[in-house]
Amino acid sequence: MSGGMNLNLIVWRQENAGEPGRMMPYKAENISQDMSFLEMLDVVNERLINEGKRPIEFDSDCREGICGACGIVINGQPHGPKRGCTTCQLHMRSFKHGDTIVIEPWRSRAFPVIRDLVVDRASFDRIIQAGGYISAKTGSHADANAILVPKDDSDKAMDAAACIGCGACVAACPNASASLFTSAKISHLALLQQGKAEAKARVTRMIERMDLEGFGNCTNIGECESACPKEISIDMIARMKREYLKAMFAPIPQQKADAAG
Amino acid sequence: MKLDAKSPEGPLARKWEKYRGEMKLVNPANKRKYTVLVVGTGLAGSSAAASLAELGYNVKSFCIQDSARRAHSIAAQGGINAAKNYSNDGDSIWRLFYDTIKGGDYRAREANVYRLAQESVNIIDQCVAQGVPFAREYSGELANRSFGGAQVSRTFYARGQTGQQLLLGAYSALMRQADLGHVEMFPRRELLDVVLIGGRARGIITRDLVTGKIERHAGDAVLLCTGGYGRVYFLSTNAMNSNATAIWRAHKRGAFFGNPCYVQIHPTCIPVSGDHQSKLTLMSESLRNDGRVWVPKKKEDLKKHPNEIPEDDRDYFLERKYPSFGNLVPRDVASRNNKEVCDEGRGVGASGRAVYLDFRDVIKRDGVKSIAEKYGNLFQMYEQITGENPYEVPMRIYPAVHYTMGGLWVDYNLMTTVPGLFAMGEANFSDHGANRLGASALMQGLADGYFVIPSTLGNFLGTVGPSKVSTDAPEFKAAEDAVRLGIAKLLKVSEKGKKTVTEFFRELGLVMWEYVGMARSEEGLKRALKTIPALREEFWRNVRIPGTGEEFNKELEMAGRVADFLELGELMAKDALHRKESCGGHFRVESQHPDGEAKRDDANFSYVAAWEWKGENAEHVLHKEELNFENAHPTTRSYK
Ligand SMILES: Cc1cc2nc3c(=O)[nH]c(=O)nc-3n(C[C@H](O)[C@H](O)[C@H](O)COP(=O)(O)OP(=O)(O)OC[C@H]3O[C@@H](n4cnc5c(N)ncnc54)[C@H](O)[C@@H]3O)c2cc1C
Ligand code: FES
Repeated sequence: MSGGMNLNLIVWRQENAGEPGRMMPYKAENISQDMSFLEMLDVVNERLINEGKRPIEFDSDCREGICGACGIVINGQPHGPKRGCTTCQLHMRSFKHGDTIVIEPWRSRAFPVIRDLVVDRASFDRIIQAGGYISAKTGSHADANAILVPKDDSDKAMDAAACIGCGACVAACPNASASLFTSAKISHLALLQQGKAEAKARVTRMIERMDLEGFGNCTNIGECESACPKEISIDMIARMKREYLKAMFAPIPQQKADAAG
Repeated sequence: MKLDAKSPEGPLARKWEKYRGEMKLVNPANKRKYTVLVVGTGLAGSSAAASLAELGYNVKSFCIQDSARRAHSIAAQGGINAAKNYSNDGDSIWRLFYDTIKGGDYRAREANVYRLAQESVNIIDQCVAQGVPFAREYSGELANRSFGGAQVSRTFYARGQTGQQLLLGAYSALMRQADLGHVEMFPRRELLDVVLIGGRARGIITRDLVTGKIERHAGDAVLLCTGGYGRVYFLSTNAMNSNATAIWRAHKRGAFFGNPCYVQIHPTCIPVSGDHQSKLTLMSESLRNDGRVWVPKKKEDLKKHPNEIPEDDRDYFLERKYPSFGNLVPRDVASRNNKEVCDEGRGVGASGRAVYLDFRDVIKRDGVKSIAEKYGNLFQMYEQITGENPYEVPMRIYPAVHYTMGGLWVDYNLMTTVPGLFAMGEANFSDHGANRLGASALMQGLADGYFVIPSTLGNFLGTVGPSKVSTDAPEFKAAEDAVRLGIAKLLKVSEKGKKTVTEFFRELGLVMWEYVGMARSEEGLKRALKTIPALREEFWRNVRIPGTGEEFNKELEMAGRVADFLELGELMAKDALHRKESCGGHFRVESQHPDGEAKRDDANFSYVAAWEWKGENAEHVLHKEELNFENAHPTTRSYK
């Protein structure tokens, strides 16, 4: 283990959604290259607590890049400098002694700050609630192999389903659009035989919900794709747009529209 | 109190059918009159909440994370078992049942395990209908692989992200019910107490983790789907928020705790790299299908680069000791052997607490591309964490705490010893005996939630009938007051406290790992039983917590959880001390065969240990559920 990096942190501190926030300087001392970024913050927090100060609050859970709980803007980049990597997987060997690191929360109207680096992403749940599912009843179903899914479709569906819902795409987008997130779910379900029946109602409702939540429009900038820790392709958005057009030209059956209400 | 498992009468294969044929039903029109509180949104909780809402019950769903989708089940990698026999390699419900009982070292209840194997096939159908993108063959049919200790290919998977995809499936079913207005979601809530009225669970007390507000929720039944307690070791593969608080507080309200000492230590995790370590990362067991485990024969070679150590100087100790299973021996056997070679001083890496998992030979045989296809994401994860490239240098791995087979004792209905209080998924003790097979936890969580509880809860509610309780009842007030007092007490200590929550947590973890870990001795366990209460006493005198209770405050949350771990850890040591045999994940050094293999003692320990809480200053009382094996007859587990 090689130890001993000293770093200057500039961190966004905000007590709650109602209070204004500000950037504050901190020192991170004797940081090992083997630490993850969040472990580095743990070390800083232990010191702050011992000094009788409030630790820097941030969300994390799995710390292995799959739950989507963590998410910090590091030097202007959501999840930091490494591609395809969540904040919790980012290790301090990506930094060097003496570096200054600017640390901020996701910034978007649809993601209000709760405290420091913790934001409220409930809007993502509400987008999924607006039809981001297949209406299969819980209980018995036909044998799983009764539905054949071509391997290629299934692989593509899996590429889309890999989204962890962290919100980095929104944080990276100059318009704060949630299109990559929404289109990943739409693509996952549209690519599978099981998801086709509801495809039109789904895309319409989800896009409506996304707009209602205050996310911006997609203007094909592509920042979302480079920030995505799961490297989800912007092609998903193109597919969503196609699905949406299809839905516009074929009116939604009445029954589905009711369910939407 | 006599424990009644309530296993239905009759032949094993007919029990579940008979139960469902005879159980009480709730009239569809009446289901609306019942409110069910489902705590936890992992595989067990999400699938239960969605299924119950679909049946027509009012459901309230609670979780700690900001979204139900982030429950710890999301992190499961390898796969889920089901007795579909799609591979035509001789699998069957019976075989899955038998493997589970044997893998659990004959310490599980036959009736529950058989039901689990029966329902396993329905799970896959359900998940496919929901759009879970399982791996497929070119024919479009589902793909299978073999997994950890099984000789048939019955594991279904979605790349290395099976837990994620199954959870997103269950979460989407839950979101659908939320959309339809049948489920009310309560994220960022922590259960801090269970409320009993007339001896029956009628509600819960939660804390809103954003505002700190203490809330009361009433219902007709409470389902605890709150996951395992592996975090009691501080370092484990569990998520940062995994905890025992819900089940422990339920335990203190009368729910017996089953087999607390049964813990699974997973053999293939990335080793600890320093004191800063906050959690450990699992490298999926599937790697053992192709990687070979070894350490140098000679200690002098420890300083050498692994690639420079010639074949003859390598000790492939699993292949040497277990010629028929080799690197694929069950988790407990592999873990213990890894520890042993490190104890002998042959461990590799800077800490000396690791063994090599080497892919050199398979890369030579099948090529880099084929290995990348199978394990690409795992190799990448390994490199991200360690900075080393496993295509070129062998991985270093070491065992880590992974899963807890113990949990709240439940009967066949999944009901605890408190009427109306149910426990499901990893939170209960039920199906895995003393050791869980790989890919069986996901199966159990979903079987409990999608298929078991919809029947057994209906039976319970149909029996007790509808009745309203108000959150103004004195029992609610008393429970809320107790919760407030608990928080106030922590903050009071903190005024003069000097040591952070993490410092206590880490210390507890070290004690647990050292004395209640992979190899347990009478002497060590007795030492743990002295050390843990002393640490607890110090905690309640000297813990330091910043901030207040009326705001977002992660340290305060953790403090409450660590306080509970400091009690649970002691019970685990007590249970481990009383169980003088070795079985499954529980290895008592005093109970081994001359060749070092675990020695079970069926004559004296063929029972479930269910512990009853008797109050702060009283000893726990042990109750025993005798296990009867009418179908799978206990034999010595051998993997040689
Ligand atoms: C890294 C890893 C890999 C794994 N891989 C596999 C695998 O390949 N195959 C397999 O079968 N198993 C695997 N397992 C085991 C399996 O993932 C778990 O046992 C299983 O997912 C547990 O599901 P659960 O629903 O019981 O609980 P969890 O998924 O842990 O969910 C617990 C829920 O309870 C909530 N909760 C907890 N406490 C409280 C409280 N006090 N108040 C309110 N809410 C609370 C949480 O917020 C969460 O929603 C793996 C485990 C790990 C750690
Ligand atoms: S903490 Fe789970 S993805 Fe980072």
